[in-house]
Amino acid sequence: MSETSTSKPTSALADADAVAGPSEMRKLSRKEQRSIDAKTRLTSPWASGFALVLAILWSVPTFGLFVTSFRPERAIKTEGWWTFFTAPEVSLENYDAVLNGNTDFAGAFLNTVVITIPAVVIPITLALLAAYAFAWMDFKGRNFLFVAVFALQVVPIQIALIPLLTQYVNFGIDSSLWVLWLSHSIFALPLAIFLLHNFMMDIPRSLIEAARVDGAGHVKIFFQVLLPLLVPAIASFAIFQFLWVWNDLLIALTFASTDLQPLTLKIGNLAGSRGSEWQLLSAGAFIAMIVPLAVFLGLQRFFVRGLLAGGVKG
Amino acid sequence: MPSRKISRRLLAMTAGMATVTLAACGGSSDDSDPMADVTSNVDCADFEEYGDLDGKSVSVYTSIISPEDQPHIDSYAPFETCTGATVEYEGSRDFEAQLQVRLQAGNPPDVAYIPQPGLIATIADSYPDVIQEVSPAAQSNVDEFYNEAWRTYGSVDETFYGAPLGANAKSFVWYSPTAFSDAGYEIPTTLDELYTLTDQMVADNPDIKPWCAGIESGTATGWPATDWLEDMMLRTAGADVYDQWVAHEIPFDDPAVVTALDEAGKILKNDAYVNGGLGGVESIASTSFGDAGYPIQDGNCFMMRQASFYQAQWPEGTDVSEDGEVFAFYLPGETTEESPLLVGGEFTVAFADRPEVQAFQAYLTSPEWSDVKAQTTGAGWISANSGMDADLLVSPIDRLSYDLLTDEATEVRFDGSDLMPAAVGAGTLWTAMTKWIAPGDSSESVLAEVEASWPSE
Repeated sequence: MSETSTSKPTSALADADAVAGPSEMRKLSRKEQRSIDAKTRLTSPWASGFALVLAILWSVPTFGLFVTSFRPERAIKTEGWWTFFTAPEVSLENYDAVLNGNTDFAGAFLNTVVITIPAVVIPITLALLAAYAFAWMDFKGRNFLFVAVFALQVVPIQIALIPLLTQYVNFGIDSSLWVLWLSHSIFALPLAIFLLHNFMMDIPRSLIEAARVDGAGHVKIFFQVLLPLLVPAIASFAIFQFLWVWNDLLIALTFASTDLQPLTLKIGNLAGSRGSEWQLLSAGAFIAMIVPLAVFLGLQRFFVRGLLAGGVKG
Repeated sequence: MPSRKISRRLLAMTAGMATVTLAACGGSSDDSDPMADVTSNVDCADFEEYGDLDGKSVSVYTSIISPEDQPHIDSYAPFETCTGATVEYEGSRDFEAQLQVRLQAGNPPDVAYIPQPGLIATIADSYPDVIQEVSPAAQSNVDEFYNEAWRTYGSVDETFYGAPLGANAKSFVWYSPTAFSDAGYEIPTTLDELYTLTDQMVADNPDIKPWCAGIESGTATGWPATDWLEDMMLRTAGADVYDQWVAHEIPFDDPAVVTALDEAGKILKNDAYVNGGLGGVESIASTSFGDAGYPIQDGNCFMMRQASFYQAQWPEGTDVSEDGEVFAFYLPGETTEESPLLVGGEFTVAFADRPEVQAFQAYLTSPEWSDVKAQTTGAGWISANSGMDADLLVSPIDRLSYDLLTDEATEVRFDGSDLMPAAVGAGTLWTAMTKWIAPGDSSESVLAEVEASWPSE
């Protein structure tokens, strides 16, 4: 059903005005209309020029960081990166010092990967189940619970850090990976449940009802009807969560034991006790950026679709 | 179904990532460095008093991180070899905040290296059940090898919590011996000579400023200026008034303190004297203290006041010696008879009373450890341990610092901002000194602000 509507957007558009079709039909056509509007608006040369200027402004600091990471220590510390163009001096000494120095960067890289992947998979799995229950199962106190979960987003995570660490110490798990996975999951769940719940509510009720009429139970509906439709939503939240965990410093600082320290902590410490080695920061930052950059570029298709899917909720 | 295809690809990706995860779990990241040569031939007889600690481990938490952490880790090797204990070292730039998080949560390290006696007092006050008195063996070492004052710095209300570890001398002015000898300048021996020299530099070199300075240090911005204030306090008001000021027996904005700050302002807030190659007076606030000395090498300024540890800040390959590229002279007293010396240092505080922790703390106070540490560090480290072998200090600036530190004539005083309550010494005093530089508030008004912020008993 959803296939027909997505594969024939033009006919759906045409139908929308003439016939009052099923509700989801109208909604989709409105979505199409909106994207067409957006397209015409954004393709004006002024808008393009503005977007270009913004893009350049936004990229200049990153570019500066990139140039800096390849300059020798003395040059970094005495003059700005833009002087690179008048007196280019290229050196790999920063990368060499970061990768082959005292800091175990490879180990920290693996730690970050080992922390990040479960910290993305666990909250998404739990949030999908919870969101399904909130969206499609009737039970007593559902609305109250949903509002409670929603309200949890308001609680700043900082106030939970020390009590949580105290609990971990009491449970005796404070030096394991679980504290990091659990903490990231705990802090991600409210938003994940809320977002995925909204995505699920977007799926036409008739679709679920049709599946039910055909004899499908909750499990079948979840896996065979909803999950394929939710892929863009899951992917976009996964990117968010991935970037958040990958770049997280606060939770790692509070909970990670010495041998489980991720990249962010190592980079924070690269500058040395008195900040004398700060020329290494740009190189360290670039090494840490590679994976998020690859993930973002690789999944950006989902990212945009996921954002749009959320945008037309209503 | 296009979405189905996508989901399968996503699944494949997830599976791929999972394999990476598994591989990551399997690979151990063991990178124990080979012990430095100096630590391999050690006489274990000195370690018999600690007993057999085979299989025991001690965790150490410090603010000292790479590259300065390796000499520390290496310096434990004789202890580990001879007693069988292992020492787990962890350093963090966020040490001060994280230590209190860990204490609060109930998983403190066994031993912490605390550079501020003020923080020891705070911890002793907040966690009296966790903090441990210095072990008897370590106490007797401290009594034997350290100046009495060091015991006082590490004590809170007569209880001795922090055993001294490393030290650094702060009353130094960095300069370029080659530039001085080229211009025929002499090293000043009194404060007046220092001002005369400065004026002469201005007269000789209209294009450059004699002094450079920088107080930017991230969230700790302002601290280098507090050292200026303390050094001037010791010189203009004397050590006794200094002690009263630090203990808050006289108001923070006592006229004597205003005089001292104005004395520092004679240099720091004089546009004719600062800020060589970096800008005007305001540029002091935005220049990183670590970068502030570089104009000396470029010939854009002649002098910069900073502690002995600044030798590590010079770019690699810089010749730090009495007739080399850069060196430091002692910031002179008002007369040649007076030689006050501002010092800093770290203290070891134990949060467990297990035998191996006590033994480890005792080891750190012993001359053997100081000797080993001097060797593993090379240049850039001293201790106030009078039992250490001073010939092991290879760097001339370390020798100079050690000689000053252990000289009977020197009036040694600990960095006041580290002794004060953290709310002042690591808070309002820093911001006040920054405001004093830029936008340039008056000495009276910034000191009055600090006085108002002193925590009431």
